[in-house]
Amino acid sequence: MIDIWNIVDIALFAAMLRMATPLVLAAIGGVFTERAGVINIGLEGMMMLGAFWGVATSHWTGSPWLGMIVGMIVGGLAALVHAFLSIKYNANQIVSALGINILALGLTPYLSAMIWGSRGASAAVTGLPRWEIPLIRDIPVLSEFLGPHSPTVFLMVIIVIAAHLILFKTRWGLHIRATGEFTKAAATAGVNIQRTRYICVVISGVLAGLAGVHLALGHLAMFSWGMTGGRGFIALAVMIFGNWRPYRAIAAGLLFGFVDALQIRLQGIGVPVQFPQMLPYLITIAVLAGVMGRARPPSDIGKPYD
Amino acid sequence: MTEDKRAPTVEMVEITKRFPGVLANDRVNFSVTQGEIHGLLGENGAGKSVLMSILYGLYRPDSGQIYLHGAPVQINNPAKAIGLKIGMVHQHFMLIPNMTVAENVVLGFEPPGLVLRSRDISSRVAQFAAAAKIKIDPNAMIEALPLGTRQRVEILKILYRQADVLILDEPTSVLTPQGIDDLFTSLRALRDQGKTIIFIAHKLKEILSICDRATVLRRGKTIGTVEISRTDENELTEMMIGSKMVPTRRAKKASNGKLILQGEEITAINDRGVVALTGASFQLHAGEILGIAGIEGNGQTELVEVLTGLRRPTSGKIMLNGVDLAGISPKAALDHGVRHIPEDRHQRGIVLDFSVMENLILGDHEQPLFKGFLSQLKYRFIRRFVDQRIDEFQIQTPNRETVTRSLSGGNQQRVVVARIFNRELTLVIAAQPTRGLDVKAAEYVRRKLIELSDQGVAVLLVSADLDEVMALSDRIIVIFNGKLTATSDRPTRRELGLLMLGETKDRS
Repeated sequence: MIDIWNIVDIALFAAMLRMATPLVLAAIGGVFTERAGVINIGLEGMMMLGAFWGVATSHWTGSPWLGMIVGMIVGGLAALVHAFLSIKYNANQIVSALGINILALGLTPYLSAMIWGSRGASAAVTGLPRWEIPLIRDIPVLSEFLGPHSPTVFLMVIIVIAAHLILFKTRWGLHIRATGEFTKAAATAGVNIQRTRYICVVISGVLAGLAGVHLALGHLAMFSWGMTGGRGFIALAVMIFGNWRPYRAIAAGLLFGFVDALQIRLQGIGVPVQFPQMLPYLITIAVLAGVMGRARPPSDIGKPYD
Repeated sequence: MTEDKRAPTVEMVEITKRFPGVLANDRVNFSVTQGEIHGLLGENGAGKSVLMSILYGLYRPDSGQIYLHGAPVQINNPAKAIGLKIGMVHQHFMLIPNMTVAENVVLGFEPPGLVLRSRDISSRVAQFAAAAKIKIDPNAMIEALPLGTRQRVEILKILYRQADVLILDEPTSVLTPQGIDDLFTSLRALRDQGKTIIFIAHKLKEILSICDRATVLRRGKTIGTVEISRTDENELTEMMIGSKMVPTRRAKKASNGKLILQGEEITAINDRGVVALTGASFQLHAGEILGIAGIEGNGQTELVEVLTGLRRPTSGKIMLNGVDLAGISPKAALDHGVRHIPEDRHQRGIVLDFSVMENLILGDHEQPLFKGFLSQLKYRFIRRFVDQRIDEFQIQTPNRETVTRSLSGGNQQRVVVARIFNRELTLVIAAQPTRGLDVKAAEYVRRKLIELSDQGVAVLLVSADLDEVMALSDRIIVIFNGKLTATSDRPTRRELGLLMLGETKDRS
C-alpha cells in the first residue's frame, strides 16, 4: 500500500508554489493583454525566449540578475512584434502569436548549439539565489513552505497584488478594462486604444519572459530545449479559470501547480510515468471545456480596432 | 441658406468622404450657431452619421475643412474632439455594460492622480448629475438600466466632458413618447444654457417640434438649411426624399376571418435564463394584422422566437389551425406555413456572403419545386425563378449572382420579403420589418404586409416604431415586461405610451 503521507507532505506544497510561479506570471501577462482586447497565445514562445536569453546572459556575465532582466526584455520585445503585427497591421492575432511560438522553438536549439555546442541543453550556469523570509525562517512548518525559494516566487506574489491594484484601482486599469470590453466606447470616451494595447501586450511578454527566467534560472540553472513544456498554454487555462482576474488567477495557478507537483511525486510510486505526466494537461482540457464553470471573457477580445 | 449674423460655432465646408463603393459625403456644407438646436435630417444612408462622425474625429474626411468659432481645426480622433468641447451621443450607446454609471461617465476623463477610488468618482458624478438636473444612480451597472436611462448617462457623460457642442444621433429611437418629451425638455434647457445641439433624425415630427433650424442631406449631398418656423412637413419631405410621399395607411377591419393563431398562456425564458414572456395569450385571425407595440427588450424577441420555432416555451400552447406549435423546430414551423421576417436581417434573415439567388431560396431549397430526383438543386429552374423574383420585388442588384452583402439594407430586406412568397403560407411574423430602411423601402415592405393580409394571410407585426404599428394594425397589443395587454379599439399615442411603460405615469 502506498503511504499517502509519503506523497503529501509540506515539501509538496513548497513545490506547488514553485510550479505555480511560471503559470501565474504568464497568466497575469495574459490578463493584461486580453483585458485590453488582444489575444496572446504566444506566451509559450515568449517564455521560452526569456528562459534562453536569461541563461545565455548568466553564462556570459555570470550574473543571474542580469539574466533575469534580459529575459524579461527579450520577452517584451517578442511581444512587441506581436503587438506591432496585430495592432498596427490588424494581423490575425492567433497567427502572429503562433509565429512567435514556432520561432522560439526553432531559434533556441540553433543558438544553443552555437553557444554550448549542444542543441538539447546549455551548460550549467549561475542560477538565482534562494531566499528566505527573515521572520518566518524560525517558524517550523511555514518556513518549509515559504522558503527557501527563488526570488521569482516572491516577485510573483508582488506582481499579482500589483496587477490587481493596477487593473481595479487606477485610472489606467479602467482604460485597460474598457478597451477590452467595448473598444469603440473606450475610444469615443477619449481613451488611447493603441497605446493601451501596446503597453498591455508588452507587459504580457515581460511577464512571460520572467516566467521563463524562473524556470531556467530560479529552478534549474540551465536551459534545455522545450523546457517550458506547454506552460505558456497552461497559463492561458489558468487565466481563463481565473476569470481574467489576478487574485483568482493565483488561486487557479496554485491548483495547476499542485497537480504539477503531485505528478512528479506520483512518478516515483510505480505507476507508468506517462499517466501522472498527463495530469496537468487533463486539468487544462477540463478547464477549457468549461467543466468547472464557464468564464466570461472580455467582450471585444481579439477584435482589431482602427 | 438663411442669413445669420452670429458667427457659426461649427462650420464644415466642402466635406467629402468616400468609402469603398460609396460616396458618403459629397462636398457637404454644414454650419450651426451657438445656442440653437439644429436638426440634421435625411434618410438612412444620406450621410448624416458619417458627417457627424467626421466632426467627432471618428473618420477623417478625404477633403474639406472644419472651422470651430471661425478657426480651422483638425479633428483626428475623439479625444481631440472632446478637447475641443464637442460631445456625441451615438445611436448605439457607447457605454460599457459591466461597469457602473460613474465609471462610464469618468472614463478617459478621470480625476487626476494615480489611484481611482470608486467612492470618490461616484460622489463626483452624483454631484455633477445633481447640478445638471439629471436623475441617475452613479453606482448602477449599465447593463441593469433601461435604454432611456442609458441615454441620460450618455448625455451626462458628454456634459461631464464640458462639451459645448452636443451631437445626438437618432436619440429618440430608443424612447417612448413620454421619454421623448422628457428628452426634449432637457435639450431645450441645455440650449437655453447656451449649448449648441445637433440633432440627427429621420423623423420629421421630431425635427419640427424641437429644432430651430434644420439641414437636409440626401444621398451624401447638402440639399439646404431651413428655419423651422418658416417650413412645414411637406417641404422637408420633399427636400429629404426628392418627391412627395404619401405614407401608407390602412383602414382598420373588424376581425371576421377564421381563427388562425391562438397563443395560450405562453411563458418563455431568455438566453440569460430570466423569464422574458409570462402568460402571453392572444388570437390572430385570417386577413388580420395584429400589432405588437412596446419598447425593445420587453419580450418581443422571445415572443417571435417562440412562434417561429427558434425558442422552446417553458409552458403554454401555440395553436395554429388546431395544431400545437410549441417547441417544434423552425423547419416544422415553415412546413406549417409560418413565415418570418427576422428582426436582425444580418443574423437571421440572410447569409451575407451568399448570392442573392441563394438567399432567395434559402430555407425552401428542399422543396420539391427546387429539387430534382437525386435531391440535386435544379439550377436551371432556380435561375429563372430567381430572375422573376428580382423583377417582381424590384430588388436592385447587378445580377442574381451578386453577393448579398453588397446590396443596400432596403434591397436585402426585399430579398427577405420576397422569400416569404416561396411557399403556401398562413401566417407571417414580421419583426421590426422596416428597421434601418429608407422611406421608399419601408413603404414597400409595409405595402407587401398589407397585400398579404388582403390575401387572407394572418400577420403579426412586431415593431418598435409606434407610427408603423398604428398605421398598419387592425388591433394593437402592448408588450411590457413580458406581459401582453390588449388596447382599446383606437388607442392614442399617449395611451400606448403609458402601456409601454407598464401604465405608470411617474418614472425615475
